[in-house]
Amino acid sequence: MSPMTIAERLALNKYDVDAEPHIHLKAETCQKCDQSPCLYICPSECFKLREGKLSFAYEGCLECGSCRIACDKGAIEWSYPRGGFGVSFEYG
Amino acid sequence: MDETFDAIVVGAGPAGCAAAYRLAREGLQVLVVERGKFAGSKNVTGGVLYGPVMGNLIPNFWAEAPVERRISHHVITLLSEKSSLSIDYNAGDSERHNGFSILRSKFDRWFARKVEEAGGIIATGLRADDLLWQDGRVAGIVAGGDNIAGSVVIAADGVNSLLAEKAGLGVKLSPDNVNQGVKEVIKLPRETIEERFNLSGDNGTAIHFLGFCTQGVHGGGFLYTNKETISLGVVVQLKALVEHNVKGVELLEGFKAHPAVRELVKGGTTVEYSAHLVPAGGLKMVPRLYTDGLLVVGDAAALVVATGRALEGINFALESGMAAAETVKRAKGKNDFTKQTLSVYEQLLAQSFVLQDLRTFQKSAQFLENMRLYSVYPELACRLAERIFDVDGKPKKKAWQIIREEMKGKVSIWQMIRDAMSAKGAT
Repeated sequence: MSPMTIAERLALNKYDVDAEPHIHLKAETCQKCDQSPCLYICPSECFKLREGKLSFAYEGCLECGSCRIACDKGAIEWSYPRGGFGVSFEYG
Repeated sequence: MDETFDAIVVGAGPAGCAAAYRLAREGLQVLVVERGKFAGSKNVTGGVLYGPVMGNLIPNFWAEAPVERRISHHVITLLSEKSSLSIDYNAGDSERHNGFSILRSKFDRWFARKVEEAGGIIATGLRADDLLWQDGRVAGIVAGGDNIAGSVVIAADGVNSLLAEKAGLGVKLSPDNVNQGVKEVIKLPRETIEERFNLSGDNGTAIHFLGFCTQGVHGGGFLYTNKETISLGVVVQLKALVEHNVKGVELLEGFKAHPAVRELVKGGTTVEYSAHLVPAGGLKMVPRLYTDGLLVVGDAAALVVATGRALEGINFALESGMAAAETVKRAKGKNDFTKQTLSVYEQLLAQSFVLQDLRTFQKSAQFLENMRLYSVYPELACRLAERIFDVDGKPKKKAWQIIREEMKGKVSIWQMIRDAMSAKGAT
């Protein structure tokens, strides 16, 4: 089996994306952060560095909660998506 | 909703469904609130469902539940970078229904239907946003803009239990006591799975991997055969991912490409990619289990035991859900839902395997911090096998001499004895 990109992996899953993000970042805190554990611990790579700035997209979130535990700067305001929204696993 | 429920259960996983099923069977008014589109849609397992506990709740459940395969083969595989060494236990034709591979999206949906059949109400697509407080005690939940009143709330909202946090029960999640599982479900024809794993009928294999599957960092790998799919994943401590600047998915790709795994999943098609956290800190991370009007069950209470052999959580979820139901039944009899009455819950858990196992294995989490378990020992085991099985036409050495040669520079004999002693105390 050949390796897959994250985009290919996430495309396998079913999502009902809410218009309202369920995770919010404190941009100022993130700007000052030099460790960025979020880049490694997010299994859907929602956090990316673009030209030295952290960008975040919630749409592919697998709702595991790794970011809220790994971020020790308190920069992540985390909740579950509203009822009925987010990922739906067919196998699990 | 104007009525007051006897119990509001938040989360339709094994813990929540076990509690709700038992309460509904006792004739109590129970509401289960599930944020997913259907029960099971947010749930993922990296484990085997061991049968006896579920069987206590629903006898012969496997005859009707959507279980995948009856686990007849248990394999432990140690991986070096290129090679592997396995211990393969085959239960043969034993009729015992001990362990099953399951897919949670299917299993939990079935379980929630059983709750409904028993008289419970399952409200899906509804997120519990907050606890409802009255006179300093939990009196229900706030969900979808409504206040829903309940004599007691059972928080079965999983490892990220926002309700247990809101109730101030001392939730202790941190990168060193939480593991991240990343998983693929891989589709293969039924016959291919049975031939490849030497299985007859609905028998199945569970393989646990240690060593190069996590490239030497704290964690392990798993493979379970389902009917027409394979569940494959790695489970790694969050702290290890951060410290080694490595991603779970990279480890999963490396694991999948390892010669010992590559041939097992060859020709398969990945049909799902998921991730989930597992509380792995053992007894010391368990929060307070109850307060006035609230009980916490399953992963929400970190009731998972790391034995050093595997992480076991579903049975702890089921048993704690049943204990919570028994507690609520007694509280209802006295019409008293204060923490004094709800303290029965902790007593019931202390009498069952839940707190006893957590106590027995309370040194495991610390033992599993030993990095030699993930690098030196699996590597050493594979090297010894290679040296013993390779015939090179030169005079042979005795096994002990080979062991000493291979240990050189990697681990001292004293270190190994110390590790063996701590393994004795922990696993």
